[in-house]
Amino acid sequence: MGLALLVVIWLITLISTYFFVAKTWWLPVGASAATGFIDGQFALTFVLMGIVFLAAQLSLGYFAWRYREQPSSPPVKYSHGNVNLEVVWTVLTTVLFVGLNLMGSRVWASQRFDQAGPGAVQVEVTGMQFAWYFRYPGPDGKYGATSVKLMDPSAGGEAAVGLNTSDPAAKDDVVTGTMFLPVDREVDVSLRAVDVIHSFFVPNLRFKQDAVPGLNIHMHFTPTAIGEYEIACAELCGLGHYKMHGMVHVVSQGDFDKWLAAREAEKQ
Amino acid sequence: MATSVTVHAHAPQGFIRKYIFSLDHKVIGIQYFFLALTAVWVGMFLSLLMRIHLLWPGVSLPLVGEIKPETYLSLLTMHGTIMVFFVLTTAPQGGFGNYFLPIQIGAPDMAFPVLNMMSFWTTFVAFVVIIAAFFVSGGAPLHGWTGYPPLSALQSAGPGEGLGADLWITSIAIFCLASLMGALNFLTTTLDMRAKGMTMMRMPLTVWSWFITAILGLLAFGVLLSAGILLLMDRNLGTSFYVPLVVVNGQIMGHKGGSPLLWQHLFWFFGHPEVYIAILPGMGVASQILSTFSRKPIFGYKAMVYAMLAIGFFGFMVWGHHMFMSGMSPYSAFAFSLLTMCIGVPSAIKTFNWLGTMYKARIRFQTPMLYAIGFVSLFVSGGLSGPFLAQPVLDIQLHDTYFVVGHFHLIMGVAAIFGMFAATYYWVPKMFGRMMNETWGRIHFFLTLAGTYAIFMPMHYLGIAGGTRRYSQYTEVAYLQKLMPLHQFMTYAAIITIAAQFIFVINLFWSIFKGPKASDNPWEATTLEWTTATPPPHDNFGGVTPVVHNGPYEYGVPGAARDYVMQTDPATGTGH
Repeated sequence: MGLALLVVIWLITLISTYFFVAKTWWLPVGASAATGFIDGQFALTFVLMGIVFLAAQLSLGYFAWRYREQPSSPPVKYSHGNVNLEVVWTVLTTVLFVGLNLMGSRVWASQRFDQAGPGAVQVEVTGMQFAWYFRYPGPDGKYGATSVKLMDPSAGGEAAVGLNTSDPAAKDDVVTGTMFLPVDREVDVSLRAVDVIHSFFVPNLRFKQDAVPGLNIHMHFTPTAIGEYEIACAELCGLGHYKMHGMVHVVSQGDFDKWLAAREAEKQ
Repeated sequence: MATSVTVHAHAPQGFIRKYIFSLDHKVIGIQYFFLALTAVWVGMFLSLLMRIHLLWPGVSLPLVGEIKPETYLSLLTMHGTIMVFFVLTTAPQGGFGNYFLPIQIGAPDMAFPVLNMMSFWTTFVAFVVIIAAFFVSGGAPLHGWTGYPPLSALQSAGPGEGLGADLWITSIAIFCLASLMGALNFLTTTLDMRAKGMTMMRMPLTVWSWFITAILGLLAFGVLLSAGILLLMDRNLGTSFYVPLVVVNGQIMGHKGGSPLLWQHLFWFFGHPEVYIAILPGMGVASQILSTFSRKPIFGYKAMVYAMLAIGFFGFMVWGHHMFMSGMSPYSAFAFSLLTMCIGVPSAIKTFNWLGTMYKARIRFQTPMLYAIGFVSLFVSGGLSGPFLAQPVLDIQLHDTYFVVGHFHLIMGVAAIFGMFAATYYWVPKMFGRMMNETWGRIHFFLTLAGTYAIFMPMHYLGIAGGTRRYSQYTEVAYLQKLMPLHQFMTYAAIITIAAQFIFVINLFWSIFKGPKASDNPWEATTLEWTTATPPPHDNFGGVTPVVHNGPYEYGVPGAARDYVMQTDPATGTGH
């Protein structure tokens, strides 16, 4: 029975580890400035926890087999423990966990403590059951007013986010169902939700943030590679949660300007 | 400290007072156990339907028909709620704790037998109410077991958010009341009813785990009860605790100024300690069984007690780690993250001590021990994904993905359930006077161990790859479609593992009625429940008050006549 346990625990451990190490399923290709930090911290955590995982599981299996009761087994070592050992592993795990935390916290601070710089592209992201809308403030750099009284989700576009078209600042606002971003420019997103909580998750951009009714949450990130990236809602928002997805198109600055100008032209 | 054992030494004779509205903690413990056993089959059946739906979305099933996306969300809501409350909270504490805490401390019953009976029947009512949510118009709610408003607060937010959601929150509120009653009883009993010589530091680690769990329950369930009442008011009385000005389907709701994050703070202030409410009794049982079947004293008894106290203490200061992506201040994430990492330390200490207990032991491999070893393995696997999720920067990628689902299922789901299996195989002989079948126990163990790893380990891969949770279908997002092979594998593994659980129930019921008779101390264990008759008499010790002379885990004592010294044996002078 000890041998069976050893074999089963070791097999489970090694098979589980194989798929992590082989990266058969792994972090999606990163396309934002945060990728290096986040993936680096992930890899560090993964290596350290992996070592503990292997050490603990392999010794558990080994002990089960090695110390199984046999007629020839020596009497057990009668002991209530060892204070020195307790101190050693308490200190070691504290150093490991707290150290890992402090390193991770530096990365977190770099992502979330500062506001976006002054030259950032402004985009307002609005979540509602079950769609995302993106609003660009236009040449004036100002978002026009919105009002809940004007919201009409069935109409889509400007009406869905309740844009008050009589506000002068709203005249040049562009509302779309797809997000376009210029590459290598910081993006200042302002996240809103009109009905329930949604979460704006773009795995390739290493970005996730809940959109909460009643809050206007500012976040920033910088896409670094041209491409199309999928948005998946990451907070349960109702029966259509699974299909509340969208696309981020990261394009060159020139293409972005052209795209935005074309949207402005459509409005006139 | 010792109280009179003649309080109600005469067992009631009528069927109703003996088996239905019994005041005997042993009967109540068995009632809780069977309630949880019923609930776990319901919860498991719901998960089977979910796994089937993920692979074959359009298929029509007997009894339930076609599962629509909203049905899937109802299934996951009810699965989570039933499992967390009526299984993970009910069986380890209400079931085994009720039955064995008084016996293990040498008491004739709980401190408040009537309260004990009320807490069981209140739990039962809560279970009936939640099951009723399936059958009302609109069906069960779809807002997940965490019930985040505004989704959970607005009738028009989705199917099931009408009467079903009211029943859901009412059931939880009733459950909170029952748990508060239970917690008070456990605390008073432990503090006031210990037999002579049963000092706190001679209590079995199981008793410590139930005691600390009761402290957590007392502090946590009151908060959830209040939060639930506020949610009911938002839903039905037009208040706005949790709901700001929102527009659902173009309709302006009549709420203003509420905070969705308030619910999250209150819910997780309960929800995180709840994780430890589920797992601490498992830790206690694993410690008890590892020591017994290793024939060695538990390694570092005091360290184990302090570690559990530390887990309970820190458990109340880490709730914000569920909210790193919620819009909460990024600065507070610092503190919650650091404290969460700190809680890993006592968890690691416990693991080291379990391994230390097995080191240079003479291990016997009856089924309870297999499950205790499985518990340690799962605790390690589920625990080590914690330091990933405790880091807010990694939560950017992992929050609300299957990585989280894998993490909490391994640690608070499967590990806790392995603790219950270990407890069942270990204590059924004492509870029902019959041994369970060893061969089938072993087959059940290996199938369940391999099966649960096969279900929950791939969830980590899925989550790392960005696999979002609570999606009724993986077909609408291109990158998620590529992850379907993992879902296929998990569904097949789930079907096999669920099938293997029939072995357990058949073994359980067959053994209760037909198993070989159990002796008073079949495992050659040391704690007080093994000093009394099997099954124990109505007052637990047959009119005798046990007197304790030794620590709880005196195995392999040099110079002793046999390889274990019971707690009531003459003092060895070596124990605590």
